[in-house]
Amino acid sequence: MSTSNDRLNLAAQGQWRRLPLIQDWRYRWALISAVIIYLILAGLSIEVNWARVAEGASRGLEFISAFFQPDFTTRWRDIQQGLLESLTMTLTSTVIGIILAIPVGVGAARNIAPLPIYLFCRSIIAISRTFQEIIIAILFVAMFGFGPLAGMITLAFATVGFMAKLLAEDIEDIDERQVEAIRATGASWLQMMNYAVQPQVMPRLIGLSFYRLDINFRESAVIGIVGAGGIGATLNTALARYEYDTAAAVLLIIIGIVLMAEYLSSYIRKWVQ
Amino acid sequence: MLSVHQLTKCYATGDKALTNVSLEIPAGQVAALIGPSGAGKSTFIRCINRLVEPTSGKVFLGETELTKLNQRQLRRERRRMGMIFQEYALIDRLTVMENVLSGYLGYTGFWRSYFRRYPQDVVKKAFVLLERVGLEKFIDKRADALSGGQRQRVGIARALLQSPDILLVDEPTASLDPKTSRQIMRLIKELCIERKLAAIINIHDVQLAQLFADRIIGLRAGELVFDGLPDGLDADMLTRIYGEEDWNRSVQSDEESPESSKTKSNSHDIHSALKGTNV
Ligand SMILES: Nc1ncnc2c1ncn2[C@@H]1O[C@H](COP(=O)(O)OP(=O)(O)O)[C@@H](O)[C@H]1O
Ligand SMILES: [Mg+2]
Repeated sequence: MSTSNDRLNLAAQGQWRRLPLIQDWRYRWALISAVIIYLILAGLSIEVNWARVAEGASRGLEFISAFFQPDFTTRWRDIQQGLLESLTMTLTSTVIGIILAIPVGVGAARNIAPLPIYLFCRSIIAISRTFQEIIIAILFVAMFGFGPLAGMITLAFATVGFMAKLLAEDIEDIDERQVEAIRATGASWLQMMNYAVQPQVMPRLIGLSFYRLDINFRESAVIGIVGAGGIGATLNTALARYEYDTAAAVLLIIIGIVLMAEYLSSYIRKWVQ
Repeated sequence: MLSVHQLTKCYATGDKALTNVSLEIPAGQVAALIGPSGAGKSTFIRCINRLVEPTSGKVFLGETELTKLNQRQLRRERRRMGMIFQEYALIDRLTVMENVLSGYLGYTGFWRSYFRRYPQDVVKKAFVLLERVGLEKFIDKRADALSGGQRQRVGIARALLQSPDILLVDEPTASLDPKTSRQIMRLIKELCIERKLAAIINIHDVQLAQLFADRIIGLRAGELVFDGLPDGLDADMLTRIYGEEDWNRSVQSDEESPESSKTKSNSHDIHSALKGTNV
């Protein structure tokens, strides 16, 4: 495709615009108007029950006002126990998940693994990533009963898919010349992984691990609602009893811990680089 | 020392990178492999240590036929072939010492290398090599904190720690400035003489090749088109290797018209400039 003479002439006179993504202006405008019309129609199709919204608003307000007087004390034992359960669940599931994710991730990197292993590891990742944590949690609660064990297995399972996928992509992006150089010394496969691959992917792997720790803590609050134990279960009980002040206390603690994890992980990521 | 018989390489993409290349490198000889980019120079040296699997042909290192070895035997033989790369190919996040010690990986087991517990005499040898290339003060620096010339020196030390019989060198100076290029080439040449090493050096800079090599091998589109002494490389020969170009004129840069100098690579201008300084 060569540039038309008109454009060349205009450019010679100093008039030049970047070529639009879609060349034909009619097609371009048709597409833009189609998108806008669809958005309007879609917006109109959502039914809003304003009476219900008005009713719910007062309950929402009640909930929000509870934030200004959170009650940490009345149910402190429950909160403490839930929190401890959640933290244990988070930490163990992250560690177990990452340990399992490393071999899966290595196997799922096309430039390192032979095809059958690659396909096998990619399917593990696909299965783990297809199902949302809540769905897996419901399954594991059914299998292992209520409580933090089901939660831990759920989070470890989800961690494997998440970490393995990102690790595999990292390994596929490494500088092949470093791999070549190590292979040329007569190094074995394991030595090649340790010397040429690990240094290239390690900083991001550490950063992602802390990110996943943070995600797992937040998820532990959510899956608690379907019976997988932890702080989520405490929160669920508080909400069911309409004890919004206790719920607010729980939420504030979650926010605090997430903020701390956020700060910590960004600090650690800077440090490992 | 090294002998190559009818080496041919077709890549899976269909590119025929090498066609029936045969040659012998005696012990201690430094041969420069020249040719335009895409001629198959990198493919050639990678087929020797089988980082790239040759399609057909045989390669012997001493008595050993490299092309029929299994992976395990091949790893043992790779220790005898030190490789030096165009963009240094150091492990950026490891220290200079770790990079040099990685030249010993072929001799050691996994756990020893994993915990970086190298035998004392190996560490000593690595240190002596670093001293030889002038980088002993940098042992704990990370490789990515060094300049290009320093990195290439680390690459050289890594290759030499293998105690190789032959060096396979792929465009060692392509990412370096002209002065550093000459220093690196001189270092490689000196080390080859000191340690009686043979070497195949891929290089696209003809003047550097003529200065530092005992023998010049010309490759064009995967075929051997020249094999002789550096002096034997005249304008006709260069035309055969690189294609039509006014070779004599490019050397006498004074007479060049501004247009023709634009079309040529400017490396020879720098070389004629360097001739004055005579490094
Ligand atoms: N990994 C590869 N896959 C397919 N073709 C390749 C590959 N590496 C090199 N080639 C092709 O082989 C030919 C020789 O390349 P190369 O050996 O890199 O030449 P040189 O080092 O002389 O520049 C080129 O045509 C190149 O496109
Ligand atoms: Mg090359």
